[in-house]
Amino acid sequence: MNDRDVLLDALREPAAVTALSLEQWDRLVRQCRGAKLLGRLAVLLDQRQLLDQVPAQVRPHLDSARAIADRHQRVLRWEVTCLRRVLGGLGIPIVLLKGAAYQMADLPPARGRLLGDIDIMVPKTEVQRVERVLLEHGWQPLNVHPYDQRYYRTWMHELPPLMHRDRQTVLDLHHTILPETGRLHPDPQKLFEAARRVGEGPFFVLAPADMVLHSAAHLFQDGDLAGGLRDLIDLDDLLRHFGQEASFWGELLDRAKQQDLCRPLYYALRFAGRCLRTPIPEPMIAGAAAWGPGRHVRWLMDALVSRALEPGLPGTTGLGTSVARWVLYARSHWLRMPPWLLACHLTRKALRRWFQYEDELKPIAPPVLPDASAETPLDPSRAAPK
Amino acid sequence: MNVGALSLAELYRRLRTDGVYLRAGPFVCHIFSPLGDVAEALRFGYHDYPQLDRTAFADFHVQIVPYGGLRRWVFPQAIFTMDTWRPIKPFPRALAAAWMEWGLNWCVAAHAHQYLMIHAAVVERGGRAVILPAGSGAGKSTLCAGLVLSGWRLLSDELALVRPEDGLLVPLPRPVSLKNESIGVIEQFSAQAKIGRRWGGTSKGTVAHMRPPVESVHRADEPARPAWIVFPSYDPTGPTRSRRCSKGSAFMELASRSVNYRVLGARGFDVVTRLIDRCDCYEFRYAQLGEAVARFDTLPSPQETTSGPTSP
Repeated sequence: MNDRDVLLDALREPAAVTALSLEQWDRLVRQCRGAKLLGRLAVLLDQRQLLDQVPAQVRPHLDSARAIADRHQRVLRWEVTCLRRVLGGLGIPIVLLKGAAYQMADLPPARGRLLGDIDIMVPKTEVQRVERVLLEHGWQPLNVHPYDQRYYRTWMHELPPLMHRDRQTVLDLHHTILPETGRLHPDPQKLFEAARRVGEGPFFVLAPADMVLHSAAHLFQDGDLAGGLRDLIDLDDLLRHFGQEASFWGELLDRAKQQDLCRPLYYALRFAGRCLRTPIPEPMIAGAAAWGPGRHVRWLMDALVSRALEPGLPGTTGLGTSVARWVLYARSHWLRMPPWLLACHLTRKALRRWFQYEDELKPIAPPVLPDASAETPLDPSRAAPK
Repeated sequence: MNVGALSLAELYRRLRTDGVYLRAGPFVCHIFSPLGDVAEALRFGYHDYPQLDRTAFADFHVQIVPYGGLRRWVFPQAIFTMDTWRPIKPFPRALAAAWMEWGLNWCVAAHAHQYLMIHAAVVERGGRAVILPAGSGAGKSTLCAGLVLSGWRLLSDELALVRPEDGLLVPLPRPVSLKNESIGVIEQFSAQAKIGRRWGGTSKGTVAHMRPPVESVHRADEPARPAWIVFPSYDPTGPTRSRRCSKGSAFMELASRSVNYRVLGARGFDVVTRLIDRCDCYEFRYAQLGEAVARFDTLPSPQETTSGPTSP
């Protein structure tokens, strides 16, 4: 059994870990940690009361990963509370996306999850207003290069990331779920109409079908599959959870057609089914099959995604995996912008890197409060557009 | 078999093929490197450590390897990695052995949340331990080295590991890191001090490592009961002096020096509370190492207090 299968088996059938040798545990712990899945494994084993059967040398690593994941959850909950205080009175619907949504809606992907950035989506007409309020309350632009600002604001589906100056948490403010320059155009208005309120305050989460489609789009349209294994597992979790409702599958199919997300859904079902044995009803598979690419592209994507999802360790990540990831990275760029724009963007990026334009970063002032100025970003490399 | 029993050639061969497996305190470290300096530093600093044959499970797999295509020949650099993490920027290859120790500190500090970890030295004598929390440059490592050369057992010079379930300190004896003038001070302090090569030009100046005493290494499995928390600070402008500090201010100081206090959340609070309850807390300024070490001989037995109902 290869590493990826051991890892996926451990997450799908936690009882399987009791049969692992110490050497297999060694590789599993390292790969899970690298894939940000060690906290998830710890939670799953705890829920099934299997932690006592874990070898003594391994147990501290699981406990430690659990402590880190718990900390991330606390930070996320506090961050949402702070956002509620700041944005609650504006009368604007704020849709939580990805990790924040899973946590606040108490969905399975939240288990043992590590927090990255916090993603929220607001109507495009309200973006400037929300940004201004955030800047007044301690958030600061993370990346201030004028080109990057223009990249995000003009062409992408999100603003440049904002970091809170005290808490150091990063917020991504979206107005739709895929870049406007991209090939697919889901309607954000429909997303807001179907969104469901969660908790108190202005927060919503996407409707189940939309949540699955967003995850699929993020993974197969906009992403380069870095961290793909965890995202695929999230997708599997969502499909299993929502799929318990019989009407969900039909809604998912219809919604994909409405929102121009057929191809990402095709890939999502295909790879979740193949890699994680997600139980998908036959009519669903048949319905989505029509949205697949031609035979050759399908074969290519099978090979690329399968390689790109290898968990990998230093010295064992093969050339094949690196190449596969690079090709998918290039693909995500190709899908993000028309060719002429992509060529311009990549040229500018290359020139900047060559001549180290990062040295010319200037602080920018927020739109209101002319006497305030943003401090220089803490980590300029962090939010440079891909 | 100890690391020191291997010839340098054999150690180097293992280091650059399968890697070397070492137990440092509760952690098994698997170190791989093709650099000869690293082999030398390991053989010196970890001389008395048991050298393990290839183990099935290691806590940390680290690599110290040359970095960057053309840079291999022009101002060559190296990099420290733990699996897919690069916690340290590339550094001059000549300083690889120095950075390896900081890299190992990072591995523990970033991943060992089964303990409450404090940025502190820990020494023990007569069944009772002193925790010496301090930041870089405060003189804790120098004081720690002086104490260790004067009969105290070394538990750690950098990271105190506190077991949450019983509050005991878990040893992590490793080469003591000395910087700049401290190196000369320790060399003069005791002829027993075994100090390795000096590495100049690091971000902290000149660095060298003192081999931990054999007994400290051999007793690495014995946890210790904390009795004193002493916040040290090297201050040549005044006499060596100490002052009891209030439990409240000691708590705040200790929590701020705890590497993973926030990760542990409420449990971290409980552990620090119990630690403060059972220990006497002092601020300590010293101007001269010999005086400082002598003052530690006179530490009175702690009186345990409780700060109200505590959970077990």
